[in-house]
Amino acid sequence: MRVDVNGRPFEEEPRPGQCLRTYLRERGWFGVKKGCDAGDCGACTVHVDGEPVHSCLYPAFRADGRSVTTVEGLATPDGELHPVQRKFLDAQGFQCGFCTAGFMMTTAALDDGQLADLPRAFKGNLCRCTGYRAIEDAVRGVRHAEAPDSGESVGRNLPAPAGPQVVTGTARYTFDIDVPGLLHMKLLRSPHAHARITAVDTSAALRVPGVHAVLTHHDAPERHFSTARHERATEDPDDTRVLDDTVRYIGQRVAAVVADSEAAAEEGCRRVEVTYEVLPAVLDPEEAMRPGAPVVHDKDAATARISRPYDNVVGEAHGEIGDVEAGFAEADEVYEGVYRTQRVQHASLETHGAVAWLEDGDRLHVRSSTQTPFLTRRALCALYDLPHDRVRVVAGRVGGGFGGKQEMLVEDVVALAVLRLRRPVKLEYTRAEQFHGATTRHPFTIRVKAGARLDGRLTALQLRVVSDTGAYGNHGPAVMFHSVGESMAVYRAPHKKVDAFSVYTHTVPAGAFRGYGLGQVMFATESALDELARRLGMDSLEFKARNVIGPDEPMVTADGEEEDLHIASYGLDQCLGIVRRAEAQPADAVGEPAPDGWLVGEGAALAMIATGPPGGHIADVKAALLPDGTFDLAVGTAEFGNGTTTVHRQIAAGELGTTVDRITVRQSDTDIVRHDTGAFASTGVVVAGKATLRASRALADLLLDFAAAHLRTDRSGCRLTEEAVLHPGGRLPLKEMYDAARAVGVSFASDGHFGGTPRSVAFNAQWFRLAVDPGTGEIRILRSVHAADAGTVMNPMQCRGQIEGGIAQGLGATLFENVRIDAHGAVETAAFRRYRLPQYADVPRTEVHFMETADAIGPLGAKSMSESPFNPVAPAFANALRDATGVRFTRLPLTRDRVWLALREAGVGVTDRSRTEQRGPGSSP
Amino acid sequence: MDQNTVLEIRDARHPSPWRPGDAWLGGGTYLFSEPQPHLRRLVDLSRTGWTPVRLLADGSTEIAATCTVAQLSRFAKGLTAAAAPLFEQCCRAFLASFKIWNMATVGGNLCNALPAGPMISLTASLDGECLLLAQDGARRRVRVADFVTGAGRKVLAEGELLRSVTLPSGALARRTAFRQASLYGLGRSGALVIGTRDPVDGSFAVTVTAATVRPVRLWFPLPPAAGALRAAVDAAVADDEWYDDIHGLPQWRRHMTLRFAEEIRQELEGTAR
Repeated sequence: MRVDVNGRPFEEEPRPGQCLRTYLRERGWFGVKKGCDAGDCGACTVHVDGEPVHSCLYPAFRADGRSVTTVEGLATPDGELHPVQRKFLDAQGFQCGFCTAGFMMTTAALDDGQLADLPRAFKGNLCRCTGYRAIEDAVRGVRHAEAPDSGESVGRNLPAPAGPQVVTGTARYTFDIDVPGLLHMKLLRSPHAHARITAVDTSAALRVPGVHAVLTHHDAPERHFSTARHERATEDPDDTRVLDDTVRYIGQRVAAVVADSEAAAEEGCRRVEVTYEVLPAVLDPEEAMRPGAPVVHDKDAATARISRPYDNVVGEAHGEIGDVEAGFAEADEVYEGVYRTQRVQHASLETHGAVAWLEDGDRLHVRSSTQTPFLTRRALCALYDLPHDRVRVVAGRVGGGFGGKQEMLVEDVVALAVLRLRRPVKLEYTRAEQFHGATTRHPFTIRVKAGARLDGRLTALQLRVVSDTGAYGNHGPAVMFHSVGESMAVYRAPHKKVDAFSVYTHTVPAGAFRGYGLGQVMFATESALDELARRLGMDSLEFKARNVIGPDEPMVTADGEEEDLHIASYGLDQCLGIVRRAEAQPADAVGEPAPDGWLVGEGAALAMIATGPPGGHIADVKAALLPDGTFDLAVGTAEFGNGTTTVHRQIAAGELGTTVDRITVRQSDTDIVRHDTGAFASTGVVVAGKATLRASRALADLLLDFAAAHLRTDRSGCRLTEEAVLHPGGRLPLKEMYDAARAVGVSFASDGHFGGTPRSVAFNAQWFRLAVDPGTGEIRILRSVHAADAGTVMNPMQCRGQIEGGIAQGLGATLFENVRIDAHGAVETAAFRRYRLPQYADVPRTEVHFMETADAIGPLGAKSMSESPFNPVAPAFANALRDATGVRFTRLPLTRDRVWLALREAGVGVTDRSRTEQRGPGSSP
Repeated sequence: MDQNTVLEIRDARHPSPWRPGDAWLGGGTYLFSEPQPHLRRLVDLSRTGWTPVRLLADGSTEIAATCTVAQLSRFAKGLTAAAAPLFEQCCRAFLASFKIWNMATVGGNLCNALPAGPMISLTASLDGECLLLAQDGARRRVRVADFVTGAGRKVLAEGELLRSVTLPSGALARRTAFRQASLYGLGRSGALVIGTRDPVDGSFAVTVTAATVRPVRLWFPLPPAAGALRAAVDAAVADDEWYDDIHGLPQWRRHMTLRFAEEIRQELEGTAR
């Protein structure tokens, strides 16, 4: 074999069944990414003799005699970027960047005809972060990123620091490192939904050449833990073992085989002989709560922190303020409905996984695709009785998270192998494992009852919520509690009641997912209030406007008020104003026209979210002046496309009077700061950013104090500028100051800390106009408008990207994403060709509007804007569909076949297609 | 993805006795997309040198099993025949993108035998006939519509090779009408219906794929009335043959098929010559 890769010859023979993707990566071309390894996502796109192909499907032996170009070969040898790379930088056509190489390699191969039809040209490329608008702008040559120059940094479209690495394929994600002597782990997974392991014979597996170890429950610690990661570990039930002698879902890990190669580890898994005693399983949460149902966790309630283990209830919430029965009695109209949401997968393009080794002989170093390096270290230390200084957890650049990586799903078993074998070990999930061996969004069933007076005053709001947490409790109780928080508190009603249950079943566990339960409940409440308004004969938005809380009102859930939660800025009225303006604009003036004969409708939903989790969220940041006069910023929080690194630099640059390119950010490494709770609960800007603000401000004080003393001048006359302190007598370069300070034993370094409390709230509203063809069930979005109250917007380009990505992900969950479980409990949709992610063709442009507010708590007035744009999407869509058809859809997703069937059953579009005729009383399919 | 149980690549030009664990390797776009732990040897067809697609002297069209989708698309762009647009419509009906077209083969799509295989739709609707070569050298010909017998099922025997598909003389002269439905924009077909009208004798045919577990081809000497066409579709497809999987409810697939069949009937009704 002789293949030319980016101008360099390679002659090693590939393995017979090897694909080109791994052949290239094994030779250091880490820009070639694995998103699916099945030809669906395009992240591994390369050119072979100039033709773009998916290298995961390309038999490596066929590259013999050919020339391959990867993203690393796109620029000229002297480093001049290809025009496509330049455009992706200028438009910032990426967030986490994991899909970017594939998009650029595809774009570079498009002809004029294909460029004119991007939805079709990008059929073979998936992006989970951006919602594709930024990618379209990149392809079209639209420039958004501003050059860093002196002056105010906050509020400008400054580019992501990692941009140049992302577009050249040199950004290092979790698995983009070469570790000498690396061993590979593969997991044997349960074929049964519920079974006891009565025997495991590993002898045949151990005889496979290259296999070093087979780990089973006999090798695992006895202690139980939770895979969920929170600042307070006691929030989550301790019901999980590294390897258990009972399996509780199809896909649960049974054994881990560690070998010289993935091939040997796979063969070892096939040779492990497991004897199961199959036990009855329960797949439905309502059935699981009935007497006599199989018990998922036969554990002590207090020790494991399970609410009622023998009823399969892991957590529950019951609360009432006022008297809902009295509230419904005084209502003129009462609506009640049952709403259901499905399982959704995070589908971050980088899969879960970790690489770990021992450094300095005895210190465990774990490199992981995680949102929570510090909490993972804490969990590993607790699990294996290690002191904190003997474990280091680092996240490289992470290829997307969406909550899925607020979880310790791999590090525990990888650490077990490293500690046992004292060799480096890697475990990298396959795409299929992401579906059956990771977590999903919690499927919810919500019974909502709402009553109001004829004047539009809400009298009572009641919810019964059942959340299916699957086989393990991890985030179950916390998600359930959060789900009935802001969703209830945003409306003013004298009587509120909630009964909520987080329930075990023998299915793949659910976990943290963007929105953390709020989106599921808001689908129900925002739909129900829309329906109630219709029954009162009121405009839906007007009805909601009368009942939302004002800026000075308390936020009351069925459980009362949360002490540390405040409305520190209020943009909800502005959000509603944006929707009103969209409604008022004539349909023929803005947006796409509706096809003839299709039914047209409009709908909106709003959302409120706390800007951080309850119970504290800690961030530590260190800022320091370096010898060359630039700055070092060490932050704990992780970067996975959320863009926090960009904002941290902007905040620091503002405080230090310098430009962002003079600040180097080191991040997500347990060695560099004391603690960081993690990049979740929308805290990357509002919590970690506040710590950065404090550290930078303290450093600025140190510098100015020293300069004033050094120059024997008044401090008030000194000012920080790009590379120097300006003072009445001239200019003292920072580099000189560093040396002067060093000479007297002073170093310029300062710490910033924030404990995540108090917290504020952010608001969003989404509005759609859509058209539906009752003859086929096809729905077209004619116009999409989103209002976001993010406080001071630190970086509009980036914040807009977060919102667009959230809307796209919300549309996926509304329209088609569905992790389906078969009658035995197995996942049926374990590949992107079976689990539809929003593609370029599926996502319309959304008009994104920012509100004019400034928060009194968030850093420089900012609020979070990462989870919340997702939450109003599904109910806004369902409300518009109700408006168009008269049918209330209560179950997601709204695929064409189900929409068509429901409309047919309701008699819509059968006789008369005119819109007014179709608006009968609501019916629920 | 890597197929780690594969121990050897063999060249199809140098035959050796077929063994359990052998598989033909066409483009590789299906074979490398899912774990295949039962495989030990891949018999590579890429070096056979077969002409991808050619017009034969008798007016028929021979498509080699190894013809890539990209080659077929390019071939059809050079055709002036009435049926030429149908080729591109079927290529575009692939869930996969143009990048996959550079590798995926017509033969591979047929042998996968999925209801939504658009090369099955194309060649079945144009009366294609498969040439199959057995390990003992025996040759047989099977209509494409009979080659696929169910979802993922086909008539191939162990070690038997699909060599080519031949479209009969006159097939390219037919007028065609194409309809595709998916649950998603540009997504996998949930129903794909093709109509053809013969310019010589006026005969009319409707071929249903994607909605049914196997291709269903209905031929009429002349376009039937709406009710007759509907009855013929329902008579040809048993209740349990409407495909039921995650890409569409069977009721919806049937509805879309009947709707498309009627649209096609109307489109081709007056256009015989």
